[in-house]
Amino acid sequence: MRFVIALPFLWLAVFFLLPFALVLAIALGSNAPDLAPPVELGFSLKNFALLFTDDLYVAAWLSSLRIAATATVVTLLLGYPMAYAVARTSARWRPVLLMLVILPFWTSFLIRVYAWIGLLANNGLLEQFLRWTGLAQNPETILGTEWAVQLGIVYAYLPFMVLPLYAALEKLDLGLLEAAADLGAPPVAAFLTITLPLSLPGVVAGCLLVFIPAVGEFVIPDLLGGTGTLMIGKVLWDEFFTNADWPLASAVAICLLVLLVGPIALFQRQQAKSLERK
Amino acid sequence: MPIVQIEGASKRFGPVTAVDKVDLTIERGELFALLGGSGCGKTTLLRLLAGFETPDGGRILIDGQDMAGVPPHRRPVNMMFQSYALFPHMSVADNVAYGLRREGLPKGAIAERVAAALAQVKLADHGSRRPSQLSGGQRQRVALARALVKRPKLLLLDEPLAALDRKLREGTRFELVRLQEELGLTFVMVTHDQEEAMSMSTRLAVMDLGRIKQVGPPHEVYERPRSRFVADFIGIANILPDGNRWLALRPEKIALGVAEPPSAPLPAHRIAGEIVDIAYEGDRSLYRVATERGVLLVSAANVARDGRSFQRNQRVWLAWAADAAQVLDE
Repeated sequence: MRFVIALPFLWLAVFFLLPFALVLAIALGSNAPDLAPPVELGFSLKNFALLFTDDLYVAAWLSSLRIAATATVVTLLLGYPMAYAVARTSARWRPVLLMLVILPFWTSFLIRVYAWIGLLANNGLLEQFLRWTGLAQNPETILGTEWAVQLGIVYAYLPFMVLPLYAALEKLDLGLLEAAADLGAPPVAAFLTITLPLSLPGVVAGCLLVFIPAVGEFVIPDLLGGTGTLMIGKVLWDEFFTNADWPLASAVAICLLVLLVGPIALFQRQQAKSLERK
Repeated sequence: MPIVQIEGASKRFGPVTAVDKVDLTIERGELFALLGGSGCGKTTLLRLLAGFETPDGGRILIDGQDMAGVPPHRRPVNMMFQSYALFPHMSVADNVAYGLRREGLPKGAIAERVAAALAQVKLADHGSRRPSQLSGGQRQRVALARALVKRPKLLLLDEPLAALDRKLREGTRFELVRLQEELGLTFVMVTHDQEEAMSMSTRLAVMDLGRIKQVGPPHEVYERPRSRFVADFIGIANILPDGNRWLALRPEKIALGVAEPPSAPLPAHRIAGEIVDIAYEGDRSLYRVATERGVLLVSAANVARDGRSFQRNQRVWLAWAADAAQVLDE
């Protein structure tokens, strides 16, 4: 029995705590390009200090948070009506619609992001379409701008918003909406007072599932964004692979983790609370 | 003007006709029961009144106003749901206040009326609780208070007692009748329980296959059932052939005796038989007696304390008055 309980803890210790300690140790060291690995261990906070004082890093932090927050709001606004529609469809069509939401997962994430390059590129499918319909003659591509990054994140994370929302909306007892109507609530008021509050756990879960990974997103800004789009995940990558500055990259990783502990804890509490209510 | 006029209302769900050209008038101040088995259309009829379903044909008037095209939230009607449908994310007081807030009443007036409604159902000090913290009986009363606080012209009750246990049901039955009389409201109640319908309602309608088979005060429907279905559905009846028609004879209308009863002047009918089965029910026993006119059910009070007035296989005489049997139309 004890062994069974100890096993996951052992797993976490070996594969999370130990690497984390290593990363922390590297972050406290300093860059030594001549060594292999290029780290000189020590105890200095200068890497962390740099992250909070250097404009580049501060800007990367802020734009990561801004892009992730915007993407969260947009996926919520798009995902809520989608989840609502799926939850209200007849039982026959529901699995089909759910399948359509999940279907993109069957293709590699990387390939799907690459596909956007083809769509958005100069002389790409979107531009050809715009020219063909006459909507625009010489449209300027958004590829390489923050718009493309935003679009990519919204596209990639939409299912993570729709699924928890659907789970919350599908559970909703339609009798409650009849009761609200019976007591004099027009449909909009019934939605705002009954449906929305009761789907709030789904809203919180969806927002965190989008926001948390979006903050640290690296692939999408790397492929769709240009040099102008700073995101902290990309900075981490650059420090590690381009500049080979392991200590600084490690410091970025640790800050990212600390920053996301808050929302993750919130998510855990929300989940525990909704379990309790049942 | 009657509070409810239903004129030829029909409702179909695909191939099923749930309500079939129903005509019904309900007067003000009545406690009216729609009685029938599952799938008889009683709940659909109630939902047509509430506006959750729209009729495929016919008209429904509430308080003289045609309800065609009037959505549920604009009807002068409130409903107590079978599942109670209490809002789980609101306190008891907020549940009761919900309907008043939709009317846009001032806060003070709402608080006052909510407190009064909760006091009415004896839940004055439960206002801050969540529905999940209440017992089944308390939840039922919150649902009632939430519907009554709006002072509807018509209160619809969908199986109001079905979710309560037996003991609680008895008390709540009287409580509902008391409230209905005190407030002078019209109640329309759906139930599958004939005892409930008989003991509570001023009038009841027996429904089958989407049609109303008979409407009337409980004693009239019981004593003068017009059809075999109604005679069978309400209480127990012996159905006897009589020439080319059928008679319904209630088991308690038959006298059971050992000696042959005198023939004149009353009783008018007598027949010899043998007891084949006895169901002991405490206060009464139900006897199955084999006679030349078939097996008849006879109910007799257990007057003697040993409860063994008659035995199985005993030869007995059955007798009933000339007007005890009811002639059935169909």
